[in-house]
This record gives sequence, structure tokens and C-alpha cells, in this order.
Amino acid sequence: MTDRRRRGGSRPPWALVPLAAVTLVFLVVPFVALLQRAPWSSLGDRLTDPVVTEALRLSLVSAFAATGLSLVGGVPLAWMLARTDFPGRSLVRAVVILPMVLPPVVGGAALLFAFGRRGLLGGPVYDGTGFLLPFSIWGVIAANTFVALPFLVVTVEAGLRGADRRYEDAAATLGASRWTVFRRVTLPMATPSIVAGAVLCWARALGEFGATVTFAGNLQGRTQTMPLAVFLALESDREAAIALSLVLVAVSLAVLVPLRDRWLAG
Amino acid sequence: MLRADVQVRLGTLDLDAEVDVDDGEVVAVVGPNGSGKTTLLRAVAGLQPLDAGRIAVGARVLDDPAAGVFVPTSDRPIGLVFQDHLLFPRLTALDNVAFGLRAQGLRRAEARDRAAGLLDRVGLADQARARPSALSGGQAQRVALARALATEPQVLLLDEPLASLDARTRLRTRAELRRHLATFPGARLLVTHDPVDALVLADRLVVLEDGRVTQSGTTAEVARRPRSAYAAHLVGVNLLRGRASGDRTVRLDGGVDLVVAEPVPAGEVAVAVRPQAVALHRARPEGSARNAWSARVVGLEADHDRVRVEVTAGSAATVVAEVTAAAVADLDLVEGTELWASAKAVDVAVYAL
Repeated sequence: MTDRRRRGGSRPPWALVPLAAVTLVFLVVPFVALLQRAPWSSLGDRLTDPVVTEALRLSLVSAFAATGLSLVGGVPLAWMLARTDFPGRSLVRAVVILPMVLPPVVGGAALLFAFGRRGLLGGPVYDGTGFLLPFSIWGVIAANTFVALPFLVVTVEAGLRGADRRYEDAAATLGASRWTVFRRVTLPMATPSIVAGAVLCWARALGEFGATVTFAGNLQGRTQTMPLAVFLALESDREAAIALSLVLVAVSLAVLVPLRDRWLAG
Repeated sequence: MLRADVQVRLGTLDLDAEVDVDDGEVVAVVGPNGSGKTTLLRAVAGLQPLDAGRIAVGARVLDDPAAGVFVPTSDRPIGLVFQDHLLFPRLTALDNVAFGLRAQGLRRAEARDRAAGLLDRVGLADQARARPSALSGGQAQRVALARALATEPQVLLLDEPLASLDARTRLRTRAELRRHLATFPGARLLVTHDPVDALVLADRLVVLEDGRVTQSGTTAEVARRPRSAYAAHLVGVNLLRGRASGDRTVRLDGGVDLVVAEPVPAGEVAVAVRPQAVALHRARPEGSARNAWSARVVGLEADHDRVRVEVTAGSAATVVAEVTAAAVADLDLVEGTELWASAKAVDVAVYAL
């Protein structure tokens, strides 16, 4: 009796079931199609092709670098947005979210006008030092960070807003300086949101295409990341494109699955 | 020694209260919800800056807006035990207690060593490695106390220290808390809405209502002569208002005349009668209980083997009489029963307001 009641409690309204099922099919079918078209026999050779390994290395390095930069700069920004009250805060928040909403190509173009050879900041830097951001791995990392950073900031800001600030009060009454409070109380409380934000940020950076191709170009071995390689291969060598795609799927799953239960579900 | 003149406006709260606590003294601020108790504590701790007034511990001024002085929370010699303890959930009991020592710059090993000693003092040496989620309410409270005392503050603040505990734990923890508080040499200020906590733990009461101190005195004084309806309710006595004629009679607002033991100066007075001192009778009583008035039952409330019977006292007031269940049956009391109520002159306290 109690058993039946308990099962009844988790039974969804019938109207939701077909919609949920259709959605699931929509999500799963593309991956099935990808697997079905995979050139299994030649997969080994294709994956060791320098074009693939170079692109994979670039993708991973730039995605992790962008995540690292976003953490270093994004957590303080999220803290500012969540904890301080300054004039124009809502404007700042809108600017932070803008790259999330903007077509990445527009972001890439804006980055060029800022950091390109004749850009607002890039021009003087190039004239002075000869350093050029676009069309290098630094350009890839910059494009990735620009596009992925908002995911981290928005997630961490929400986490900080949800945290009970009285723990910070308690730490202050125990003599902790503001920096100690941040380091030993605020950060540990925000850890779940920081991890979730970093994962979203990393995933967004890994898949980045538009801003990267606009700002950093598509130079094989220098700025050609996996998504760019897939796009290029689709034009010439479909099986190579599928192999590259499978690698991206595998890498994404390898990162997301272990994190899923601990950090992303709650 | 704490001297606090706290003036804060916060939302609908207009707090303007003075509280002084000497070293070695325990003062309880009691008041209904929203009276400003917690804001008062937060102001003393530096978590709520003053709008006006002055807070000093010993000779050291901590907050004085007029003089431009504000010492931040982390630099105040003040410990605070929060209502729901607020133990850091990711740290063990030991590291919670060691937190303040670490913040003061002590090395980890030394901080843990001293923290272990403090945990031992509150009888929790065996829980040193437990996380807060694994502690019972009473244990968490003791860890919070040890944590607040670890940095050797000069003033200890406690916000509703027993409110989050269930009734059984509360009884035991209250006695323990009283014992632990006794070992702390500084000034102790606690806020509570529970009269028993206040009476058991404190030497002196400050009654705070709607942001103002309505009464302040030793627990015995407040219990004998409450000055507001809230304070009277707190200590469980009937408080009535009346007018003394200058001899030994007082006319209550609403028309009942009472004779009291000592002469009182003429004027507005408060009259306090304990519920146990009010007797109920079917017929007009004769003899020593000389203050008798005709009354009507307006409410009955059982409390274990006693019954609290609310009866009218003239046309403007009611008093509560506490009688046995047997007496209720003998007198056949129901709401609306007409009867006689009486109180001996010696049981009626009269004082100027």
C-alpha cells in the first residue's frame, strides 16, 4: 500500500511523458547517426593524423587556458557583482552577459578592432613591442575566454548570492580579516557554483567557433581548433570530420560524466 | 565592561537603547520578536554600524559616529554565539574552534592544540573530528561557545542561545550553558525571548520593546515589579493599573478596590499579583482574604495538572488565577461562570509607574 503510494507520488502527469520522450529522441538521434557513419576500420589511422592531434592539443590547451583565465578574473568580478553596490552595476552585468547573447562572429570582429594590429589597444602594443594577439594561440585563448567567461561569472554570482552571508559575519567576529573571510569562508561556500561555472565555461570554450575563426583565423597547427577542423573536413573529407567529431564527443563525456553527480546535479 | 548606547534605524525598526554590562555580569535583553534585540547585538559586534550613540568596551571606543570612530568587527574584542550556531560546515569541530586562533596568525598545530583544550572544557574532546552536520543541537551549541571563547574576547554575546534546541535538549543545555558562562570572566550579554532562559542565565534583565528599554533591573526586581504588559507576561504575573488614594487602598481602572499591605503615595500605580495568589470562590469569601471582587470566567487553559483561569477584574481588565484541576471541577467552572475572586493584601505588590 505504502509502496504503491510512493510510486504514485513520482509518476509524472501523462501529458509530460510524450514531450519528454520526443525531446530525448531529438537529443540522442544525432549521436546515433554520428556513430553509425563512423569509419571504424580506419579510425585508428585518422586519429593519429597530425591534423587531428594538433587540433585536439590546441583545443584542449586553449579551453583549459580560457577556463583558468576566467576563474582568475571571473570569480572576483562575480564577487563584485554579488556583494558590492556600485553605480552602474546593472550596466556592468549587462556588459558581462553580452558575449553570451552576441553572435560569436560579432565578438570576434569586436576583438579584432580592440586587439588587432591596428586595434584600439592592439595597435599601440604592436608598435611598441611587436606582439600581436590575433592569428596565434594567444588569439584563440582570448577568443575562447571572451565568449566563455560570462558562463562562469553568471553561475558564480548566483552561487554567491545564494550563500548564507552570516557565516562571513561569524568569521569576522572571530577576528578574520576580509581576505581571510573570502579565502576560508566565501570561497568554500561558493565552490559548487565555481566548479559548475568552470565546467560550463570549459565546455563553451571547447566548442568555440565563430569568434575564434574571426579573431585567430584557421591556421592548421597554430589556431585550428577541433571545431574548425571539423568544419573544414566536412567540405573535403567527411569521414575525417566524423572521426574528429567522435573525439570531441568522447572528450566532452570524459569531463562531464565524472563531474555530473557531485557538482552539476544539485 | 561594555557600555552601549545604540541608536539604529533599520526598516521599520527604530532602536534607541542603552545597555551596560559589567565584567563578570550576565545581562539578558528580553523582548518580543522585532523589538530590536538582534540588531542591538549586531551593533555591539560591529555588524551593524550605529547611526548615533556610542559603544565602548573598557576604555576603548568601538563605535562613535559623532567622533568618526568605527572599529571593524574583526578587530573588536567581542565573541558572538549565533542563534543557529553557524559552525562552518566544511570544517571539523576542532577546526571550527581553531578558526579564530588561525585568523589571529597562530600556526595550525598550536591553534589545534589550544582548540582541543577548549573542546575538552566543554566536554566534547571525543567529537573533535566530527563535522557540524554530525553534531547534535546541544553539541553544536557548545562548539559554537568554545569557538567564540577561543580568541579570549572581553565581551561575550549570545543571540537566542537555546532557541534552536528541542525542549529536552534545552533543559540540559541551559544548565550546561549556565556553568560554562560562569567560567568566563568578561561581560556577557545575551538576548532571548524565553523568560526561563533569561531568569536562569542572567543576573540582570533589560526589557526591550519596540526599540526602547521599558525596564531594567535584577531578575528578582523585574519578577516582583514588572513595568510593562510584556515584562509581566514574561515573569508570569498579572499586571493591572490603578490609582492609589494615598492610604492603603488602590482603585483599579475598571472599578475594583483593593487593600494593600503598605501605604502607597497617591497617584497612578501598577499592581502586580501572581496567578497562584488569586483564589476563586463560589460565594463571597470571609476572613483573611479581604480583597474580593465579583468576577466572570472569560477563559480556561490547562497547563499540566494546573488550570489557568482568566477572570474579569472590574470592567477594564482581567487577571489569571492558577488553580488545581480539582478546584475547577469543584467550582464547576466554564466560560461565563459568575464567581468571586480574591487576593490577600500581602500578595498584592503596588508601585509607582
